[in-house]
Amino acid sequence: MLKVENLKVRYGMIEAIKGISFEVRDGEIVTLIGANGAGKTTTMHAISGLLKPASGSITMDGQDLVKMPSHKIVSLGLAQVPEGRRVFAQQTVEENLVLGAYTRRDKAGIEEDQERVFDLFPRLKERRTQLAGTLSGGEQQMLAMGRALMAKPKLVLMDEPSMGLSPLLVKEIFHIIEDINKQGTTVLLVEQNARMALAIADRAYVLETGKITLEGTGEELAKDERVRKAYLGG
Amino acid sequence: MQFLSYLISGLGLGSVYAIMALGYSMVYGIAKMLNFAHGDIIMVGAYVAFFAISGAGMPPAVAILLSILACTVLGVVIERLAYKPLREASSLAVLITAIGVSYFLENGALILWGADSKFFPSNIFPQGGLTVGSLTISWLTIITIAVCCIIMILLMLFVGRTNTGRAMRACSEDKGAATLMGINVNAIISLTFAIGSGLAAVAAVLLASTYPSISPTLGAMPGIKAFTAAVLGGIGSIPGAFLGGLLLGVIENLSKAYISQQLSDAIVFGVLVVILLIKPAGLLGRKVSEKV
Repeated sequence: MLKVENLKVRYGMIEAIKGISFEVRDGEIVTLIGANGAGKTTTMHAISGLLKPASGSITMDGQDLVKMPSHKIVSLGLAQVPEGRRVFAQQTVEENLVLGAYTRRDKAGIEEDQERVFDLFPRLKERRTQLAGTLSGGEQQMLAMGRALMAKPKLVLMDEPSMGLSPLLVKEIFHIIEDINKQGTTVLLVEQNARMALAIADRAYVLETGKITLEGTGEELAKDERVRKAYLGG
Repeated sequence: MQFLSYLISGLGLGSVYAIMALGYSMVYGIAKMLNFAHGDIIMVGAYVAFFAISGAGMPPAVAILLSILACTVLGVVIERLAYKPLREASSLAVLITAIGVSYFLENGALILWGADSKFFPSNIFPQGGLTVGSLTISWLTIITIAVCCIIMILLMLFVGRTNTGRAMRACSEDKGAATLMGINVNAIISLTFAIGSGLAAVAAVLLASTYPSISPTLGAMPGIKAFTAAVLGGIGSIPGAFLGGLLLGVIENLSKAYISQQLSDAIVFGVLVVILLIKPAGLLGRKVSEKV
């Protein structure tokens, strides 16, 4: 579904991503784990078009994303839950969801998906008329996820969905990610919480200072000595 | 009765400021820049209407539409040529560019149309006024206030209720996140400039009908006043621009009538300073805070 080949991204003189390749296949949960500054968010931004890569290719179902204006990428079926949630704080929960469906014109389908999001996140339904800025961190994370689902994506990129949440909420969020995947959406998950990410991922890649150093199934990497030492606390 | 008459003509003047302030405020809200050329777009709007009526003999309604069209195009072109290349630049660079555009327009007008002031036609709006008891309110004032209220209501509905309006608000909060929603941020910014500049033409016709002598620098002072009004009300806020504009017009008119003709501008800006000391974000402005 998504194929990244030899991707390089620069910030001025600094090469943040030094030629990485990976792919996400239909129906999978793939995770990209790595420490702070490894280039996870940079990779996400390159895929969704917020950053233009220096070289390499990113294709989704054979279509080149690099040359595409970033606002058109959503309509291909690729949505993103950005790092730090980035919900529209001055708009209501419902308006945020409607914005998630901005590129869609099928009114009935949008309403249906809004119901689906409210089923996944009943808390959002209770707070539908509240401004997003007044929600708790966990609720904002749910809103960011719901907003991405409103685009009816085939593939959803999730950037650090567990950041800043209590352990209990992290569990809940990861359960929901599995649910979303079971309902037929492919997931590319970027996480610092390697333990949780590897537990739900079909396949995983380890990103270290701009390079992919390891790859394998979630299970394999969870058992790997190097991964255990570096990311799972021994 | 005298007081009431000053108050109402102050509201008329304030309505013109409010329409201009809406342009300033919307552009600031979306593009996060102060378009100091806004006042000069108003000047261009006044000249277009003047030449259309006095030169080409067009009916006033057509001339007003032409002026709106010209300003809308001008605003969008200025944004594309001067501001868009600076999207990632520092805000100081953008500010200086805006001042440059302002000088460009003023001096361009000076070359094209000369420094002599021209007399704006007085036949656009009906003469005379509405008399209630001993109080007479000119039709121009009534029309100005009505137009301002209508614009304000339409804009609130547009920004508050429509998909495009929601997209505008999304861009004003977070352009990156808006892009992720599939919103074409550049198109939204163009649209904002188009609306703001179109409103500038409306303000131009109303302003030039109130003060019929037009010259290339006619936009400068009202531009600064409108900017003050936008800041006073809370820049980025539509009702704020409305409230700020009306308040400014009333304060200016009452100070002229009761305190001093010469000091009225100083009083207006003094009020701005005092209000910003008490409410730094303006009357209806939101405090900028980030939730992590």
